Amino acid sequence: MSKIVKKRSKSRVSGVDRFLNFVRFLMATLIVLGVVAFISQQIWPNNPFAEWRNPDARGLTGDQFKGLVVSGLSQGAMYGLIALGYSMVYGVLGFINFAHGEVFMVGTMSGWITSEKLNDAGLWESNFILSLFLIIFVAITTSTVTAIITERIAYRPLRSSPRLIPLITSIGVSFFIQNAVLGLFGPASKGYPRLPEWLSKQRSIFTVEIAGTKILVMVVAGLSMAALWYLVERTQTGRAMRAVAEDKEIASLMGINVNRTIVITFGVGGAMAGVGGILWGLLFRSVTHMTGFLPGIKAFTAAVVGGIGNMGGAMAGGVFLGSAESIAPMVILEPLGVPGVSQLKDAVAFTVLVLVLLFKPSGLFGEKLSQEDRA
Amino acid sequence: MMTATLGSRKLFDQNWKRILFWGGICALSQVFICLVGLPSELNRRILIESTLSLGYLFILWIPLVFGYIVSKMVELEGIENPKPGAADLLSGALTGLLGSLSLVLLMLGIENLDMRDPLINWNPKLFRLLTFENSIAFGSLVWIAVGVGLGTIGASLHQMSSQIRKMFTYAIFGLFSFAVLEDVIDDLSEGFRLEWLSDMIYAKKGGMTVTSTIVLAVLLALLPLIVRGKFKTTVARYRSDATPDAQRRNSAILFSIIAVLVIVLPWFLGGIINELLANVGLFLLLALGLNIVVGLAGLLDLGYVAFFAVGGYTTAVFTSPNSPWFSPETHFGISLLVVVVMATLAGLLIGAPVIRMRGDYLAIVTLGFGEIIRLLFLSDWLKPYLGGSQGITNIPAIDLGPWEVRGADPRSVFYMVLAFCVLAIYVSWRLQGSRLGRAWMAIREDESVAEVMGINTVNSKLMAFVVGAVLASFSGAVLAAKVGSVFPKSFEILVSIIILVVVIVGGMGSITGVMVGSLVLIGILGGPRQPGLLQEFQNYKLLIYGALLVFMMLKRPEGLVPTARRTRELHQEEYLQDAWLGDDEAEESKEVGEKL
Repeated sequence: MSKIVKKRSKSRVSGVDRFLNFVRFLMATLIVLGVVAFISQQIWPNNPFAEWRNPDARGLTGDQFKGLVVSGLSQGAMYGLIALGYSMVYGVLGFINFAHGEVFMVGTMSGWITSEKLNDAGLWESNFILSLFLIIFVAITTSTVTAIITERIAYRPLRSSPRLIPLITSIGVSFFIQNAVLGLFGPASKGYPRLPEWLSKQRSIFTVEIAGTKILVMVVAGLSMAALWYLVERTQTGRAMRAVAEDKEIASLMGINVNRTIVITFGVGGAMAGVGGILWGLLFRSVTHMTGFLPGIKAFTAAVVGGIGNMGGAMAGGVFLGSAESIAPMVILEPLGVPGVSQLKDAVAFTVLVLVLLFKPSGLFGEKLSQEDRA
Repeated sequence: MMTATLGSRKLFDQNWKRILFWGGICALSQVFICLVGLPSELNRRILIESTLSLGYLFILWIPLVFGYIVSKMVELEGIENPKPGAADLLSGALTGLLGSLSLVLLMLGIENLDMRDPLINWNPKLFRLLTFENSIAFGSLVWIAVGVGLGTIGASLHQMSSQIRKMFTYAIFGLFSFAVLEDVIDDLSEGFRLEWLSDMIYAKKGGMTVTSTIVLAVLLALLPLIVRGKFKTTVARYRSDATPDAQRRNSAILFSIIAVLVIVLPWFLGGIINELLANVGLFLLLALGLNIVVGLAGLLDLGYVAFFAVGGYTTAVFTSPNSPWFSPETHFGISLLVVVVMATLAGLLIGAPVIRMRGDYLAIVTLGFGEIIRLLFLSDWLKPYLGGSQGITNIPAIDLGPWEVRGADPRSVFYMVLAFCVLAIYVSWRLQGSRLGRAWMAIREDESVAEVMGINTVNSKLMAFVVGAVLASFSGAVLAAKVGSVFPKSFEILVSIIILVVVIVGGMGSITGVMVGSLVLIGILGGPRQPGLLQEFQNYKLLIYGALLVFMMLKRPEGLVPTARRTRELHQEEYLQDAWLGDDEAEESKEVGEKL
């Protein structure tokens, strides 16, 4: 008896599984090798491995490393803000809203228009704090409205259709918004006005050199996250959202207006993307119609990394992904002798997605999902 | 309210909210289209000489459609609707009027406010277009008259007898196709030495002449009167009566006619149209491959372009003397064998990690893979091997003994692509009914059930990936030889999305659908970098592709030429609802299901 069982279980390990194990092993080895090579390079710059793979590499100074971490963290905070929208919509409706990156881009774009008008009016320089609040307000409004309109037009009629249909629709929505913005505002890259000196200058906090803008980004992201946490965990609306995410039918039996709750979810996700959009604008000071594409996919990655449907996880995933894509090229790839590593930043982000899904499909902080919901 | 007979409504007994809603949407879409710049950009393309350009057409269809929508009745079981009458016409007219008023406001706005800073199309060009190079008053009057008129026509479509409605639609769509196909008809008539024909229809500066428009409109409107549904009944009778043997013989005849046409026709066509056909073929090849992955197996592969890139780069490395690292300069045929091997490997490598993932994760991860591959081709890391952003140039023409396939001779490329397409169509056709094809469809419909039924889901899915990859890599190989060079820029994510639109618009899982889809979309609108018949669309292609994708998903997810199985799958709910309503309906829906 036991023999048969053994045989069966043996035959169940198919070639694909073996291949996947091999890939897992290979990736893990590469990462460990890269990190070890990096550390040994730091300690003993002329070790034989470094001589062989990458004779020019100097390694990183402490300040450089801190700089990488800081820029990774601030970028990650933005990914986290966008990822919240993916995560919330996924939690409630169970589909990936591919157009969410475009909602973010619309926020950045509206922030650019407002900030430029404010700059012309002189308010930008004379009262920056007020104008900051104004552009954040405008961006939140635009993004929220965009998200709600797309939900109403494109997603609501498809709620009961097979899972891939809304996803394909959202791809269409994404392309439509991208190219509508291209048509309305033109293809040129648009620059945000110059930030005041007191904000953008380098500051030194606990021996870490950090630009003021990055501090602002992290603070605003933290505040929005706190506000969202309060909304979801402490208010009636938040309870309704959680209930709808759990089970739509039962929630509606309990007297919750499911449609309204879904709209609110989209709206809140859009608002977070709008805040993220403004932060992006302040940090990189330029926006085009394509701005939303890569951050959108990366934010989705962040949501998956943190465990999709989990809001704290989305933020943590964002920070993790941001730091990974800023640190990994220098720490893992360069010591292995890969030239031009800064070009591979985006590739690293996608690799993180593949790795997370290979190693832990439920994400780093995700709950154990049922078979049906698992990736 | 629910009395059995209701006369037509009184003229002012309107559902004002509804009119305001649809009129508002009509107004917004007209302003949106103007500000996106479609009219100004497309104004160059003249459809009817000195009367109508494509740019104006893009504003004009809106009141027509919304007039139609606003006066549409919701037909409910057991409630008799009031008879359509003048009141409905009025609602259509009011909708059109609201739309036109928005254009008037837009004109006033452009004259008095300066919003050019963010809105690039808020400019005198648009103003001139809207006022017909005249005063605002003139422009407003014309737009209001046109809007009200078109809205009324749209509303009256419900009240025409079906015969007249048919004539109307025949005339409109026929004229539109004549106007769009101007280049093709020009080219064809030149090839057959019938220049007088195209001279008669089209004006010298482009667009149809007014007389020919009227004559053609009358002829096209008469068409349904002459045919009178005879065609349909013949086909239906043929389907039900003919013996299988006769059917097979007839389809063989039909097939050979099409084959002869496709082989002979290019000789009568000029370079541009042949080039266009070659592009259509290249994308058809891609679409057929994606149709297997998405349409049959239900795996939404958004990184499909990766396989296209693998095909192109492999060909480039193996045939080009300029390949930086390894350059055996083999013949295209030998490199094609390598392409198949490489594509299979790529299909397995990309397929294996994603095969266990659920649909939407699979989509994003494959998208990630597609980008990773493009970024790798672009990176300095692989530059010594694959040329980085400079790509690999100087790929030689395909030498086929007596013939040579090179980009400068689009006809030869077309035949080359045609050969591959025929192969791909044959493969997909045979696969569809095979054990593997049925396994794919079972997986698409319900994976768990398929697995329980004893289908090896992992292997079947991998096979789908591999077959799709090989077809895409063929397309890449031909593209490389056609263009003579490969760059990472040619393999953007956009390609995947456009092929996805082609497959979805055509009809997922339907070979005919995919052919129709690529002919219509790639032929008329064009591929990611390749212009189509309407070259003016270059900048707006993606906008339209995006809108089309959403529209199709909302209104007709099964595509233009659907397969029966897919239709049933997507409209299952409706059938179930019908079944639930009552026994009669259940019987009916059963019949409908069987027909489908």
